[in-house]
Amino acid sequence: MALSTENKLEAYRRMVRIRVFEEAARRAFREGKIPGSCHLSIGQEGAIVGACMALRDDDYITGTHRSHGHPIGKGAKFNGLMAELMGKATGICKGRGGSMHLADTSVGIIGESAIVGGGIPLATGCGMSARVRKTDQVSLCFFGDGASNQGTFHESINMAAVWRLPVIYFCENNHYAITTSLRESHAQPDIAKRAIGYGIPGVNVDGQDVETVYEATAEAVARARTGGGPSLIVANTYRFDEHCVDLAISGAPYRSPEEVDAQEKTRDPIALYKAQLLGGGIDETALLEIERETKAAVAESVAFAEESPLPDASDLYADMYANPINYPPQRRVQ
Amino acid sequence: MTQPAETLASQDMVRTSYLEAIVQAQIEEMERDEHVVMLGEDIAVYGDGKIIETFGGSRVWSTPISENSFCGIAIGAAMTGLRPIVNLNIASFVYLPSDQIINQAAKLHYMTGGHVKVPATFRCVMFYNAGNAAQHSDRPYPLFMNPPGLKVIAPSGPADAKGLIKSAIRDDDPVFVFEDSTLWPTKEPVSMDPDVLVPIGKADIKRQGEDVTVIAVAGSNRPSLKAADVLSKKGISVEVVDPRTLVPLDKETLLASVAKTGRVVIADPAHRTCSAASEIAAIIAEEGFGSLKAPVQRVTTPDVHVPFSPALEKLIYPTKDTIIEAVEAVL
Repeated sequence: MALSTENKLEAYRRMVRIRVFEEAARRAFREGKIPGSCHLSIGQEGAIVGACMALRDDDYITGTHRSHGHPIGKGAKFNGLMAELMGKATGICKGRGGSMHLADTSVGIIGESAIVGGGIPLATGCGMSARVRKTDQVSLCFFGDGASNQGTFHESINMAAVWRLPVIYFCENNHYAITTSLRESHAQPDIAKRAIGYGIPGVNVDGQDVETVYEATAEAVARARTGGGPSLIVANTYRFDEHCVDLAISGAPYRSPEEVDAQEKTRDPIALYKAQLLGGGIDETALLEIERETKAAVAESVAFAEESPLPDASDLYADMYANPINYPPQRRVQ
Repeated sequence: MTQPAETLASQDMVRTSYLEAIVQAQIEEMERDEHVVMLGEDIAVYGDGKIIETFGGSRVWSTPISENSFCGIAIGAAMTGLRPIVNLNIASFVYLPSDQIINQAAKLHYMTGGHVKVPATFRCVMFYNAGNAAQHSDRPYPLFMNPPGLKVIAPSGPADAKGLIKSAIRDDDPVFVFEDSTLWPTKEPVSMDPDVLVPIGKADIKRQGEDVTVIAVAGSNRPSLKAADVLSKKGISVEVVDPRTLVPLDKETLLASVAKTGRVVIADPAHRTCSAASEIAAIIAEEGFGSLKAPVQRVTTPDVHVPFSPALEKLIYPTKDTIIEAVEAVL
């Protein structure tokens, strides 16, 4: 299952869209326009986009605290995402989510969980739902290497395997759970081997090679859609930035500057894919046009977010319940 | 004792036990809506076997012992079109899935700006006063009253159990049902009309009275009603009010009773600290203080673990006698 020329350009477009959005988010964070913390997907674009390119619009995704890349990879528009980062009323979650929760339901993302491993059962439940409703939708669950040590990983994969649910467990293995390395925390650092324990296919792929990721995911999606049950894909990737922008971590560095530098110089998924496309005869002007359009769209989203209103105090209690009863409670004055 | 108006309206009443009523509620809702599914461990136990016989297939999912993840699976299914009922079995097991229930089910509607709904029902049975020691005997509803976003119900009789669980399954928010095993054998007329519901968020006056209000939670209702019988022979008129729903509380009904009697005892089988009784007492102190003629009294389980030996366990829960003592103390 190879990408068509049109979809190769689309994959490139989505990777560039993540990168340019994230660079703008980092600038906005440093300018004090984004409150809280800001978790960037820079370096992980190949894994995210390769996975998303294998999905249909009506397939489901759950994600993680590193949540910006997933909606963009699935095709989301920028304005609501940037406004959400800035805590504005026009944000996709009306300013209730922020950097760790860019769950854009318009592109099938039902949740971006900041509880590590929290989205894994939810994605499994989407698979159950598709089965009961007799659709051929699949769900894809993004999680990190750290989450593969949570009970939810093992419990959910076991149940999905017992019931042959249409779920793709997709590990963005960036090798560090904040500062804790894979080798320090995984008795078997080859996470894909954990699939053996549940009798499902498990593969390692080069997460910096978007087409390889796409092909592995497309195979797992096809299997899930036709009743073949779940799969585990481990995309080996790298986070170029800190866990979140400008996070100060005291003590000895958990990864050497040389290691980060080598990854940035030789393992940048966008640079690698650009070279591959050009080598394959794609006209550079098409790629430059994608980059130009993306920069303009991101700049527009920053302006949109900055001009958007903050949430009104009167909206504080809105959306607490889908069916509010006696809510918000009124206090009786004596 | 008053029945909900909705129940009185129905002619189709059959004497039914608390346990049978719970099974009926689920069967009726599963027949009504093909998106209602059921998940849980050993779900053939405690009467739910009838549900498996009736539906089975993709409507009933017998799970491995993985409480946190199968609750999360139900939440994901609820977000994408199903109305799952999760049977968590013994209430002391609810701590395991508390992460998924609190961090996901309770929060996601708000955190997504209202874009997702979680219409899931979590059932558990508080299996106490039965010699099962501290890890099988909890009444843990206070823990789930604190995080906002959940609705919490604790029915004290068959009609309320059936009508409230049906409302829970139809509700678009996550609802936690705390059933009380001490009530399993109780029987009363229950409507067989599948559209008779008991609304969430409405307290019920189980017995009218003038002198003292006893607010009774879950299994405390029966000893409270017995206490009221005994006290009526001494000329003391006790009003027994069952909140039925603990979140959202029906403050209006509770405060109206307090305004009438001016004296309040709250009977609650939970542990004392931050119990449902504590919250109700705080509301009365803040919003009903002007009506009070005596300090509010709580009759709860003391802050001690549930001992195995029946000789000790029988000492700890609210009883007819401890409720009578508390009523006499506020007179």
